Amino acid sequence: MKRHVELRNHPVELHKFRFRLAISACFVLVLFLILYVRFYYLQVSQQEHYHTLAEANRISISPLVPNRGLIYDRNGRALAQNYSAYTLEVIPSKIRKLESTLDELAAIIEITATDRQRFKKLLKESKRFNSLPIRSRLTDVEIATFAANRYRFPGIEIKARVLRQYPEKEVVSHIIGYISRINDQDLEQLERNEELNNYRGSQHIGKIGIEQSYEKQLHGITGFEEVETDAAGRSIRVLSRTPSIPGNNLILSIDLGLQEAAENAFGDRRGALVALDPNNGEVLAFVSKPGYDNNLFIGGIDQENWNLLNNSIDRPLNNRALRGVYPPGSTFKPFMALAALELGKRTPEYSMSDPGYFSLPGVERRYRDWKPGGHGRVDLHKSLVVSCDTYYYSLANDLGIDNIHNFIGQFGLGKKTGIDIEGEVSGLLPSSAWKMSQYKQKWYAGDTISVAIGQGYNLTTPLQLAFATMIIANNGKAYLPRLVKQIQNSETGDVKDIPEKLLYSLNLKPKNLEIVKNALVDVTRPGGTAAKAAINASYTFAGKTGTSQVIGIKQGERYNEKSINERHRDHAMFIAYAPAENPKIALAVLVENTGTGGSTAAPIARQVFDYYLLGKLPEATVAKLDEPVEEHIHDHL
Amino acid sequence: MIEIKKIWHYLTRYMDSFLLIGILILMAVGLIVLYSATGANMSRVSNQIINMLVALVIMWLVANIPLQQIMRLALPMYIVGLSLLIGVALFGEINNGARRWLNIGVTRIQPSELMKIAIPLMMAWYFDKHEITLRLKDYLGATILLMLPVLLILRQPDLGTALLIAASGFYVLFLAGLSWRIIAGLVITVAASLPVFWSIMHDYQRRRIMTLLDPSQDPLGAGYHTIQSTIAIGSGGVVGKGWQNGTQAQLDFLPEQSTDFIFAVFSEEFGLIGNTILLFLYLIVIARCMVITANASTQFTRLIAGSITLTFFTYIFVNMGMVSGILPIVGVPLPLISYGGTSMVTMLLGFGILMSIQTHPKLIKT
Repeated sequence: MKRHVELRNHPVELHKFRFRLAISACFVLVLFLILYVRFYYLQVSQQEHYHTLAEANRISISPLVPNRGLIYDRNGRALAQNYSAYTLEVIPSKIRKLESTLDELAAIIEITATDRQRFKKLLKESKRFNSLPIRSRLTDVEIATFAANRYRFPGIEIKARVLRQYPEKEVVSHIIGYISRINDQDLEQLERNEELNNYRGSQHIGKIGIEQSYEKQLHGITGFEEVETDAAGRSIRVLSRTPSIPGNNLILSIDLGLQEAAENAFGDRRGALVALDPNNGEVLAFVSKPGYDNNLFIGGIDQENWNLLNNSIDRPLNNRALRGVYPPGSTFKPFMALAALELGKRTPEYSMSDPGYFSLPGVERRYRDWKPGGHGRVDLHKSLVVSCDTYYYSLANDLGIDNIHNFIGQFGLGKKTGIDIEGEVSGLLPSSAWKMSQYKQKWYAGDTISVAIGQGYNLTTPLQLAFATMIIANNGKAYLPRLVKQIQNSETGDVKDIPEKLLYSLNLKPKNLEIVKNALVDVTRPGGTAAKAAINASYTFAGKTGTSQVIGIKQGERYNEKSINERHRDHAMFIAYAPAENPKIALAVLVENTGTGGSTAAPIARQVFDYYLLGKLPEATVAKLDEPVEEHIHDHL
Repeated sequence: MIEIKKIWHYLTRYMDSFLLIGILILMAVGLIVLYSATGANMSRVSNQIINMLVALVIMWLVANIPLQQIMRLALPMYIVGLSLLIGVALFGEINNGARRWLNIGVTRIQPSELMKIAIPLMMAWYFDKHEITLRLKDYLGATILLMLPVLLILRQPDLGTALLIAASGFYVLFLAGLSWRIIAGLVITVAASLPVFWSIMHDYQRRRIMTLLDPSQDPLGAGYHTIQSTIAIGSGGVVGKGWQNGTQAQLDFLPEQSTDFIFAVFSEEFGLIGNTILLFLYLIVIARCMVITANASTQFTRLIAGSITLTFFTYIFVNMGMVSGILPIVGVPLPLISYGGTSMVTMLLGFGILMSIQTHPKLIKT
């Protein structure tokens, strides 16, 4: 039976089996065909796409950050320099528990509370995948310690960085400014200017001062390195390299010695001093007191130091020379005098009797002179030497506000000078049109009276005053004030001069200029308001004192320095140039809340001149503060 | 001279030279790729050579055993394998979240590897026993024989191996003449039970399937393998980047490049031309296996040979499919090429059986 069935079924079974096997073979072929189609799709149709992806995997382009240009004073003394250091940097996005990781880190490497605070602030301001420094200037021991413990700290790395340093700190902080970490706003700005590519890899950008305004010169051009990397991101080899081009060095017109002399002359007082070379507009000294340590800002300032600086009543971050606006006070008078002569409203010979006050015709109100009882007979010369107010009250009334505005405007008051750092403010030189547009009010004759002596609506910056003084000193030439004198190619060492820029020349009658300038010389001679500051000077110098009001004093009251809060006391002003016959330096000095120009501001100018013209270092102490005699004008309320 | 001839005859008596040459060429290709994939690591290559030699010896031994002897091993092997699988389920060592290994004192073994051979053997033996009267209940019995170990392996969990073993068993069922209606019914049932499968799947298994559908969903996690291997294959282009010049492989973007993903290395460095040649080589080996299968004389030998052949193909297809991104990532090595001893031995054991079928005197039941 069994045999029978087998004999009958065997060929059928075999046939059936072979049919199934043939189907299997087809199945194999079809599936291989599917694979082949897939390979064809990947390797032929999409080859380019996958090639790109593979290259992107393989090649990472890393920027080569250029070294930032250095900044020197005119004598080659370093104001901003670079140094190489190892920093410990944290990429927050790679760390799960940041706080505890930092605690562990602090156990092996010293991280001060300040470092920690600074890092915290940085963390708030930065993106989480940025590499943020927590410590810089690691010592060799610290580097070794960290390297041994590195496996414990994924996301924390030691980086070799070129860091910025400002060796002169406070002395030039308001000139140099600082660089700081690039923030979102900077990025937007760079994107708008299509400079973003050049900042790949750069961590810092100039934020203020020369560092900001000459960013393009200083930054340099970023190079690139095509590096083959493996899946873990380690570099295997360099495929190509475009070296970076370091930024240019800047040589400032600033004389660091002069700057220091001026700083010292201020002592602890607040104020500003701008000294220009009247022959070309170079800024020789640019002081705003107090300054600040600009090094603090480079790596991101910590909250504590920031609060200290930002909340200080002395406002060290305020660039008074550039952005501080003050009524020019009596330093306005030489320009008024020139206006009178040039516009023919006064002759040198004209004199008036000063009763100690001035009243507009038909008005009872008295505009007082700073000297009770007046100066007696006063002509133009004497009006400057003794700083007679009444003379200018009457003159202003004759000139009218718009004549004053138009004429004195030529000296740059109430306008930006165009100096080569940003943030300058324009101040204000009032006019009837200005008052109409600002207050929708017509100009009153009474408004002009206080303008005459540099008060009222008048607001100028120390820089503007120095600029105006320079124009008098050089007989009418308005040079653009500039801090950068030369640009040096840091690779070749070639130095390119930035030529002086004459903005315009005033066509002033030499005779009129001579009259005013003679009077300004006499200001520093016995009988003048700055006589004391000029005692025993081996050169002649010309100047004009002034007082800038902080608060108004009511009609009928008198200004009493001792009874007024220190911060509300008047500012002392002084403009001057020297040597008077052939000026080499013109300056404006402002000393906040110290009263009179002759007693506090003029001695500072004297020390600056002594240093610049004679090479004499300033004495440690300056004239006493409580020196009497000077103008106090508080009458426009 | 006579002696050498004798030895040669003794050695090659039960060898199928056609199949052997095909296997040796593929192994050589494997060593060449492995050298590149391991970054010119000679110790890995020599390890693999040892693996291959061991596997070849096993193949030779198996080829020398007449099929009747092998047939006798079917039931004991199956029972031992199943017991070991139960042992794994109860006492197995957990490794990477999966319970696959059994420590038997001397060494650790992975019983699911044993089942890769034991299942086709058992099922072929089973059908051989019921040769005369194949009824539906016989197919049902065979299915139960298959599903017991498959479910145990699925529980480990090891989806890849479970599916491959299920496939090898299914091939036996198919070749034994499972009716088309039942096959259609099975396909419908499987399709209908997919949602059920989905719900009992482990998270990582679901993720693999989701990732297959859209690798970019998880480019650094589960999708990373697929993305990097398709980049490797695609960027190889027609001619490839050249031996040892595949950037994806040499710079370690490819995962598991000497084992499961070795095909991506090959494909990147030798391009579409290399792929064509490799597929062709495999096809030749498969074709030879099918010829052996077609000429096999008994139900048992036909079924076991057919199952081994199709399983060999399945390994190739699943591996290349997952590396080229059309199948989910299941841990399946590329036969004869991927680094590793176990799969090499399993594969050559299968080829040894095929050679034995081909070279031993055919038993024609008359």
